[in-house]
Amino acid sequence: MSSGAITANDNTVSDPRHRASLVTGQQDYASITDTVCGIAEKEKTPLAWYVAFAVSSSVTGILFLLIGYLFITGVGVWGNNAPVFWGWPIVNFVFWVGIGHAGTLISAILFLFRQQWRTSINRFAEAMTIFAVACAGIFPGIHVGRVWCVYWLAPYPNQMEMWPNFRSPLLWDVFAVSTYATVSALFWYFGMIPDLATLRDRAKNKWRRLAYGTFALGWRGSARQWHRYERAYLLLAALATPLVLSVHSVVSFDFAVAQVPGWHTTIFPPYFVAGAIFSGFAMVVTLMVPARAFFGLKDLVTMRHLENMNKIILATSCIVGYAYATEFFIAWYSGSQYELFAFLNRALGPYKWAYWTMVFCNVVVPHLFWFKKCRTTPWIMMIVAILVNVGMWFERFVIIVTSLSRDFLPSSWGEFVPTPIDVAMFLGSFGLFFTLFLLFCRYLPMVAMAEVKAAVSHDIEGHGHH
Amino acid sequence: MSDHDQQNTTSSTETRVAAVLGQFESAGALKTAAEKVRDEGYRKWDSHSPFPIHGMERAMGIRPTILPWLVFGAGVTGAIVAMLLQWWTNAVDYPFLISGKPYFSVPANIPIAFELIILFSALTAFGGALVLNQLPQFRHPVFESEAFRRATSDGFFISIEAADSRFNEQKTVAFLESIGAKVDVCRVAAQKPAIPKAIPWAIVFLVTLAFLPPLGVAWYRASTKRLPRIHPLHDMAFQPKYKAQAENDLFADHRSMRPPVAGTIAQGQLMLDTKFFQGKDDDGNYVTELPLPVDRGLMMRGRERFNIYCAPCHGLSGGMPEGLGEGGDPKDWDGMVTIRASARALTGDGTWTPPRVLHGKYVQDQPDGKLFETITAGVNNQGIQTMPGYDKQIPVKDRWAIILYLRALGRSQNASEADVPETERAAPAN
Repeated sequence: MSSGAITANDNTVSDPRHRASLVTGQQDYASITDTVCGIAEKEKTPLAWYVAFAVSSSVTGILFLLIGYLFITGVGVWGNNAPVFWGWPIVNFVFWVGIGHAGTLISAILFLFRQQWRTSINRFAEAMTIFAVACAGIFPGIHVGRVWCVYWLAPYPNQMEMWPNFRSPLLWDVFAVSTYATVSALFWYFGMIPDLATLRDRAKNKWRRLAYGTFALGWRGSARQWHRYERAYLLLAALATPLVLSVHSVVSFDFAVAQVPGWHTTIFPPYFVAGAIFSGFAMVVTLMVPARAFFGLKDLVTMRHLENMNKIILATSCIVGYAYATEFFIAWYSGSQYELFAFLNRALGPYKWAYWTMVFCNVVVPHLFWFKKCRTTPWIMMIVAILVNVGMWFERFVIIVTSLSRDFLPSSWGEFVPTPIDVAMFLGSFGLFFTLFLLFCRYLPMVAMAEVKAAVSHDIEGHGHH
Repeated sequence: MSDHDQQNTTSSTETRVAAVLGQFESAGALKTAAEKVRDEGYRKWDSHSPFPIHGMERAMGIRPTILPWLVFGAGVTGAIVAMLLQWWTNAVDYPFLISGKPYFSVPANIPIAFELIILFSALTAFGGALVLNQLPQFRHPVFESEAFRRATSDGFFISIEAADSRFNEQKTVAFLESIGAKVDVCRVAAQKPAIPKAIPWAIVFLVTLAFLPPLGVAWYRASTKRLPRIHPLHDMAFQPKYKAQAENDLFADHRSMRPPVAGTIAQGQLMLDTKFFQGKDDDGNYVTELPLPVDRGLMMRGRERFNIYCAPCHGLSGGMPEGLGEGGDPKDWDGMVTIRASARALTGDGTWTPPRVLHGKYVQDQPDGKLFETITAGVNNQGIQTMPGYDKQIPVKDRWAIILYLRALGRSQNASEADVPETERAAPAN
């Protein structure tokens, strides 16, 4: 149907005379549709998918069995004990909620900045966000001890005539994370409606047509619909942008508003947000590199996309490294002996192995991305991205465990020792994450087709029409 | 009968033209065509494309949507709701002081207000876009066209609906062809297809089912149960231990609460001083003297306790004076029970035992130890408890104080002129 086509093959070369092509290969509207829908429409599910799904769903099963065990037995199954009452569950919560920032960031902030390269990866990253937030939501939920009373967190009129304490950052956190989960799910689904309509219209059998058709809500792609749709999408992006910055700020208040040395610092909100973006982009790269190879999306999610994300990882790594240095400077400059002790203890105390793992993974390794070779070689970026995720998990471990284990009162000092249940639950959360992700890859449009088409319509149709 | 059947079949296959579709080559061609359709004066028409086309609003003459205003309103509502919620719950309905923070302070309430602004606005942006777009809408004439399936992949269409006042099948088709379209006519059933009968019944059935759980809960809450309530979650009220009063099969008597070993004496209850605690000496004889030092304080204490515990029956003076019982006015008598018993006795109903006169010879002649025993255990007259024991109400020392006061009453109520000091005596009346 098109009057032209894109034929670029390498779009990583920066030539100021031409704008680099967003996609590569011989592309027109129909080929974009075929490439993306072809994955969800494949008659036979690939064996590798079954194997991966079997593994991840079994691990998810273990997670839920362990949650059941926790409910029956109590929080003593974890290593949480005086003085470290926030152990792995909260480490895992902050870890996952941080990862869950990249999706909305790519979708909303890059959208507002008119960064059209986002269109190839935003759906994928948004899905990752939602699954990461789902994993994140589990941990504080089961961490409350009497989990059957978790609804007490909500302000609802009750027979006890009590209300939650709105002056507590823990309640701000409840509102921030639940709002974030709601808005990112809405944003993801809303962006997917036109693509679900595409799947509906290509459906070969009645059941697929019914399933996709139900969620496509009868979308007709009419200009009047597009007009309101685009306006709503812009508004959602504009709302999600401050939201994504607020969520990790509020998470950081959980620590910064407390008086524990090592937590009580004003740098936490920006430092947490930068760390969240850092870990989120690393997770997108970790997932995207194998997914684009496995599902044949290399021409839509091009090397240039990966390179751009790697540049953002490098930038945020520098911010995070700067924040680590600032923490030490402020600890010294504050003149507070407790503050100074807390930070020296981090770097030189019993948890120094965790601290230096964090510094190596988060501050040293990402500097490989100064080299174009590293930014454009899939296996190198995979390794760097995985190490960044390891480092970011250790960052939360260092913040939570080192600060709590050396409280104001030396008589209650103690070391934190995780139990096997702690470890298995953390691994189980990866199982849940990958299970949801595999289902998404198999049944939903992984790339925002309508957005990619709009972004490349100039190139496909040539400039004569405008 | 057959006529009727035939009519039904024809009407169900009868179709009418609901819209015509014109297909165009590219997004650019669609935009040019849209301008022409707009200029032709059609109103109920639309263009369809797999992605939003830049500049199409202007080409079609679409006015800006009111959605941003709705979202703005929702954001303002979110802010107001959040502030009112936090102020009312934490400062008015359930104010509690924590960490010395004020009940209501704007800085502490900003995070929640921010989140609710975003939440309300986002829900409105999402819901508003669907409502304004009239979605979900699963039935539409354009879906009748097989070619239209490409509208979500690589097809560009203009649809003109039959409901438009300028619509005329031949003319509209000719017009669309004249602007370069490949035309398809969308036909829909003339009558709306009937909903299968099973669907309303299924809805009624499901709604009925949905009422069962709340009804069950309501019935359970309203009815009386002989068994303890069910605790699905045991919290800390239920722990693996035996509680007092519970049954315990480890012991022969099945009591989980064990009786103390024989001869056990609780702390502070040794009571070796028999004179003080029992009013008897070591040989079992009643003591005749108070086993504690006597002073004015003890006397005053005794009067106070007497007026509380003894006076209701025996009277403030210890009973009616000798001889008043016969023919006197009951109002002059002393002690409520004394008055009542005597009054009943006057009417021939002598079932109430009048209390002893405490300043009388019978009582005053008893040794102190005997009086102590009487206050402690009460009086049992041939199996009838005429006075209860006061050991539970009156501590030991207070019992002795009361006995001291009793002796004073005995003196004062039976006093002779000789008892009054000479200087205080008034001149004899006669």
